[in-house]
Amino acid sequence: MKPFDYIRADSPDQASDHAAQGGVFIAGGTNLLDLMKLEVMTPDALIDINRLDLNQIDETDDGGLRIGALVSNSDLANDTRVRRHWPVLSRALLAGASGQLRNKATTGGNLLQRTRCLYFYDRAMACNKREPGSGCAARDGFNRSLAVLGTSEHCIATHPSDMAVAMRALGAEVETLTREGETRRLTLDQLYRLPGDRPDIETVLAPGELITAVVLPAPVEGRQTYRKVRDRASYAFALVSVAGIVEMQDGRIARADLAFGGLAPKPWRDADVEAALQGEAPSDALFKKAADVLLRDAQGFGENDFKLPLARRTLVSVLEELTEARR
Amino acid sequence: MLDALRHHLGLTGSKKGCDHGQCGACTVMVNGRRINACLTLACMHDGDEVTTIEGLGQPDALNPLQEAFVREDGFQCGYCTPGQICSATAMLQEISEGWPSHVTQDLEAGAELTPEEISERMSGNLCRCSAYPNIVEAIRVAAGKQA
Ligand SMILES: Cc1cc2nc3c(=O)[nH]c(=O)nc-3n(C[C@H](O)[C@H](O)[C@H](O)COP(=O)(O)OP(=O)(O)OC[C@H]3O[C@@H](n4cnc5c(N)ncnc54)[C@H](O)[C@@H]3O)c2cc1C
Ligand code: SF4
Ligand code: FES
Ligand code: FES
Repeated sequence: MKPFDYIRADSPDQASDHAAQGGVFIAGGTNLLDLMKLEVMTPDALIDINRLDLNQIDETDDGGLRIGALVSNSDLANDTRVRRHWPVLSRALLAGASGQLRNKATTGGNLLQRTRCLYFYDRAMACNKREPGSGCAARDGFNRSLAVLGTSEHCIATHPSDMAVAMRALGAEVETLTREGETRRLTLDQLYRLPGDRPDIETVLAPGELITAVVLPAPVEGRQTYRKVRDRASYAFALVSVAGIVEMQDGRIARADLAFGGLAPKPWRDADVEAALQGEAPSDALFKKAADVLLRDAQGFGENDFKLPLARRTLVSVLEELTEARR
Repeated sequence: MLDALRHHLGLTGSKKGCDHGQCGACTVMVNGRRINACLTLACMHDGDEVTTIEGLGQPDALNPLQEAFVREDGFQCGYCTPGQICSATAMLQEISEGWPSHVTQDLEAGAELTPEEISERMSGNLCRCSAYPNIVEAIRVAAGKQA
């Protein structure tokens, strides 16, 4: 590991200032330190934000929740309000990483964790995300875990978070503090960029911009689930995951909020998929049509071709579960 | 933190398996919660209470979980064992506080200490010798829930 300065921030403003001067925030450290040991990330300074007062979960005036950026993944998954009203979020968190990691991992850090693309981790290999302009070894290489939607010729990495997929389905917004002291609100769609020709730039956050909270809107009607398909039963990243919230009325789908993990460079949501389902009576043909819409522009790169049929089957199965009449 | 414990404090019970959060051999408890000591910095924990395997019991005075691992043959080479025991100690506390897991059916009800729950909750601790069945049994015995 390269030597670095360590600065413990006492206030958000101070943290932003240090980070704007080239420092990197450290929260749980479970992703950043991993990458620093491999010298994939080599910050000159770490700005420890753990002593900032950002670890509360508060109810908002309109019945939602404001989750501080430092709330651990364990505390969020275990929060009784989240378990009752936003169970898809608890489920997604509990499907991620391990008990030890969830105790350390934070809400803000989870959102900004980097891809698990093997070549991003291997400094001997070409990777446009790690070293812009060097190429992408994954396109014709081991790309089993990588993306089939939203890719570019420069990068086909996936965003690995489970939590972010549930938050995308729930319509969560990220609250940030800019270096100028302004508060911004971004939907997850706005937060993450697609790779385009700059896969090294993953979000729209400015230097020194600190995530302070994630805000969940008030709970919605309907059933919620998080389905994660992976190579082993626990402690593995998603190959495909679906966060789904479906409300039925008179035997028809009144609303379907669906987000997907493991398929794209960001937690994926497609309004056309939801529109295809809305107002319709559930049927196998309808679910398959929704999957066709989801995958209309999908492209595999060899090893990950299997994700197309897997995503289709996973979506159909989730929709079956969420629309089936209660016994 | 792992290097500080092992190299500076001479507490070599906590082991380094992968150094990347993937194996759990370095599991310790910070303020009662289990974490991977390899993925945090000691300086981030100024004022925190860190418990390693040495703090749970000693060779001449094993704690019930350590004793159960010996009696149930919950290891072979023993390299993962300190991490397994620290992890299990905190895991039993989590379950007693009603934390759900990925395999818990009802998120709002508590969970029973079934083999399935134990395996899921201990999935962050790998055992290269694959002593898993006896590790699960040792935890069950120690928790006083023998079938
Ligand atoms: C073995 C292993 C298995 C895993 N499995 C899964 C899995 O199955 N599913 C899953 O979703 N995740 C998984 N993870 C990833 C884990 O969830 C992340 O490492 C964790 O969520 C990152 O949070 P952190 O607080 O530790 O982030 P850190 O490592 O502290 O930070 C990550 C990044 O976010 C930035 N950052 C942190 N907080 C803020 C803030 N408030 N404002 C602005 N920037 C900030 C940091 O500068 C850094 O760039 C796994 C990790 C490991 C090591
Ligand atoms: S897919 Fe992206 S992260 Fe992976 S090697 Fe290519 S450029 Fe790098
Ligand atoms: S050494 Fe820390 S998890 Fe493997
Ligand atoms: S006993 Fe050898 S690794 Fe677990």
